[in-house]
Amino acid sequence: MLESMRRGSSTCVFREMPVIVSAAAVCGPKEGKGPLGPGFDLIYKDTLAGENSWEKAESRMARQAVEIALAKASLSNNDVDFLFAGDLLNQITASGFMGRELNIPFLGIYGACSTMIEGMGLAAALVAGGFARRAVAAASSHHDTAERQYRYPTEFGYQRAPTSQWTVTGAGAAVLANEGSGPRIESFTAGRIQDYGIIDPNDMGSAMAPAFVDTLCRHLEDMSRGPQDYDLILSGDLGRIGSTVARHLLKEKGIDLTGVHEDSGLLVYEMTPEICSGASGCGCIATVFAAKVWKELSAGKLKRVLLIATGALHSPTTCQQNESIPSVAHAVSVLGV
Amino acid sequence: MTLVRAFLVGGLLCGLAQLILDTTKANPAIIMVSAVSVGAVLSGLGLYGPLVTLGGAGATIPLTGFGHLLVTGMVEDATRSGLFGILTGGFRAASAALMAAIIFGYLMSVLFNPKG
Repeated sequence: MLESMRRGSSTCVFREMPVIVSAAAVCGPKEGKGPLGPGFDLIYKDTLAGENSWEKAESRMARQAVEIALAKASLSNNDVDFLFAGDLLNQITASGFMGRELNIPFLGIYGACSTMIEGMGLAAALVAGGFARRAVAAASSHHDTAERQYRYPTEFGYQRAPTSQWTVTGAGAAVLANEGSGPRIESFTAGRIQDYGIIDPNDMGSAMAPAFVDTLCRHLEDMSRGPQDYDLILSGDLGRIGSTVARHLLKEKGIDLTGVHEDSGLLVYEMTPEICSGASGCGCIATVFAAKVWKELSAGKLKRVLLIATGALHSPTTCQQNESIPSVAHAVSVLGV
Repeated sequence: MTLVRAFLVGGLLCGLAQLILDTTKANPAIIMVSAVSVGAVLSGLGLYGPLVTLGGAGATIPLTGFGHLLVTGMVEDATRSGLFGILTGGFRAASAALMAAIIFGYLMSVLFNPKG
């Protein structure tokens, strides 16, 4: 019988740790002007990215993130055994449509804003299990397509609520391999759905905070670690309000994140009033990881990082039917070079 | 003076809607439908007419004014041709507003592309 790679209640710890040999991030103009600007591999001057619809623009950014990540590792599409990708649109079309041009075995996933880490965890499991030599995880989002999908088309001119978050226009991709040099994925903790009864779709940070707390606690327990064992615990995209809620919930459990916790929702933009509570979207933690964290891990500036991406799993229909917002958070721990 | 009165009445109506949007969970669709309904009810009670006399366009252009227009038309037609007028009057009175919304909405969507 195979020796299990499970540890504790819900964590996979990889014996042969998959290497993240490459990562790339593509974004729109607003993200390019933000604090992460210099870290992006490609910045578009406008949100249409040379296409005639925002949906096509998002798909193009996703495809280019994958292509640039492969090119940086001197790999071609044929070298990749699996592509995990997802986005926020109905039927995850931004991902499916990029897949038709890449010719890589495609596994579409949906975890809302947790998609990137869900993809990295699944890709790592296939690589570590010997089912793939190389696998790519990618995720994308676009402010204007997400507004149309979840709220109102932007041309409607809807007034944004102060608790709302600004969806990142951008895509990130990471290439995982069973050999090579780079940061290594040590473990993967899949999240359980949490629902504390938040019904306001303009306050996803509060809805997602309990999922972040649940996954973080189970990961730390499974690994017999505390927050201080990590150089960085990066949550994906709780935003300003969600981060405050999460820290409050953790304090009740006696866990203090002071000094180690950052939220990717607060790293993408200068925090102007228009941004409200912070950044969000599948592209948020995907671009923060590819444009910043992966580079710092590769340079040895960070030794051990925990990425926890949260996703709000509602739809406009469920909100109109007054359903509360279920949320999930997936965690991946990564070791620096 | 007409301009000042229109500004004050129109501003007051829109300010109220903004307060509801900011302080409650009501979404824009609910507020718009409620505004039309409130205007219609006030009109039926004879309270919106004096507001139009006072504020002019400041009272007729906000959505409450649309509710008032529908009810005014219904009452007019009902007076002229009996109960059947309730069915015809609303849209007859509001026909210009509705056609303008359709025509200008169509023109704008043909002429311009959203920039996000």
